[in-house]
Amino acid sequence: MHTFEFIRPPDPAAAIAAAAQSKTAQQGADVRFMGGGTTLIDLMKLNVETPARVLDINRLPFDKIEIMPDGGLKIGATVRNSDLAYHAKVQRDYSVLSQALLQGASAQIRNMATVAGNLLQRTRCVYFRDTAMPCNKREPGTGCPAITGHNRTLAILGTSDHCIATNPSDMCIAMAALEATIHIQGPKGTRAVAFGDFHLLPGNTPQRETVLEPGDLITHVTLPPPIAGSKQHYLKLRDRASYEFALASAAVVLTIAGGNVRRARIALGGVGTKPWRSPEAEAALIGRPTNDATFRQAAEAALQGAKPQSENKFKVELAKRCLTHALRTAAAS
Amino acid sequence: MLDNSNSDPIDPSRRKFLKATGTTAAAGVISAYLPAHASGAVEQTSENEATLRTVDGAVPITVRINGKDHKLNIDPRTTLLDCIRETVALTGTKKGCDHGQCGACTVHVNGKRVLSCLNLALMHDGNEITTIEGLGAPDALHPMQAAFLACDGYQCGYCTSGQIMSAVALLNEPCGPDDAAVKELMSGNICRCGAYANIVAAIQQVRKRA
Repeated sequence: MHTFEFIRPPDPAAAIAAAAQSKTAQQGADVRFMGGGTTLIDLMKLNVETPARVLDINRLPFDKIEIMPDGGLKIGATVRNSDLAYHAKVQRDYSVLSQALLQGASAQIRNMATVAGNLLQRTRCVYFRDTAMPCNKREPGTGCPAITGHNRTLAILGTSDHCIATNPSDMCIAMAALEATIHIQGPKGTRAVAFGDFHLLPGNTPQRETVLEPGDLITHVTLPPPIAGSKQHYLKLRDRASYEFALASAAVVLTIAGGNVRRARIALGGVGTKPWRSPEAEAALIGRPTNDATFRQAAEAALQGAKPQSENKFKVELAKRCLTHALRTAAAS
Repeated sequence: MLDNSNSDPIDPSRRKFLKATGTTAAAGVISAYLPAHASGAVEQTSENEATLRTVDGAVPITVRINGKDHKLNIDPRTTLLDCIRETVALTGTKKGCDHGQCGACTVHVNGKRVLSCLNLALMHDGNEITTIEGLGAPDALHPMQAAFLACDGYQCGYCTSGQIMSAVALLNEPCGPDDAAVKELMSGNICRCGAYANIVAAIQQVRKRA
């Protein structure tokens, strides 16, 4: 690990001012906020991240979960994954989020990992994590060996000729389906970003993963008021039953009336270069009867643009069956 | 059964010996991790003042481990795991993968289980850390330690302290009554020997008696 200066900013303004001196808030940032450390310390040990300054934000006032006047939820940036997953209102009204969180990582890591950190979770692509290898995300312009190499776990949606790295988050998939909003405080003031606009596709700049600029500090995430009577489910498929990243996952939030789907929010994990909301699947569900034919059509629509690589063609069918089964389970709940 | 009567008894002094000689041999290398007020073996075996010097950028902190405050000068890079093992010389906590994938380094911070390898020691100024040494003593085992013994919840023992720290924390977490729920919440602790069945049995024994 490279040396760095460890700073504990006394308040958000000091944290933002210190971080604003970084040349970038993306890959290779020279100033980094540290929450749980579960991703950042791992990558610093691998010399994938080499910040000169680390800002400990764990004692800033962002550790609360609050119910808002409109019935929605305000989740502080440093709320731990386990505290969010076991929160009574999350379990009752946003169960897809609780399920996704509890299927991510291990109990120890969930006690450490923060909400904002999970929004910024980095890919598990082996080439990204190995500084001996080229990687366009880590060192722009060096190439993507994954495209011709080991790509079994990598993405089939949202890829480019420059990067096929999978976004590994479970939490983000549920938040995409719940249409969360990310609240950011930066050098120029505060702003709110819709969940779908926060993560970027790799395109020809895979080193840019989010809209964050130097000094931008995620302060909290909000969830809209719960949809009365909505049926929710998160299904995660992986190589082992626990403590493993998704090969494919699906977050489903359905409202059903008279045997037909009235409202649908669908997101897929383990298959996309960013948390993958699927308006195509949602459109295929609206007004349709809740049966296997409808669910399969939605799954076909969701994967229509899939571009599998040499080792992950299986993911196309796996993701379809994952979504179909998640829809079936939610509808029957 | 092997007859060990003619061989030297394996007693705790073997571990102390290895710890002391290992520390001496590596003193030059680990000087960055030395405590501000170096304790016991390190202080007595150091041959010159150089071993007690701190590196540039070292930060003074107080870490509370098993109810005892330790005033340390810490290189910011030092993980909580390395601080516990190398600086405070509590070697019950094990380093397995050092990347958050095996659970061997599990300790409690303010009562919750975490992976000490993915934490910086500096993040824990003022926090209450509990390691396996803080759970019980050889003549007064924690019920979970006793259950691991009774149920044979290990083979080589390298993952055991992490398993026990996880298992003790699990007692205060939402966990269903059946074995499947225990396995799910213990999935962050890998046992290369595959002692899982006996580990689950030990945990269930303690839960049923609670």
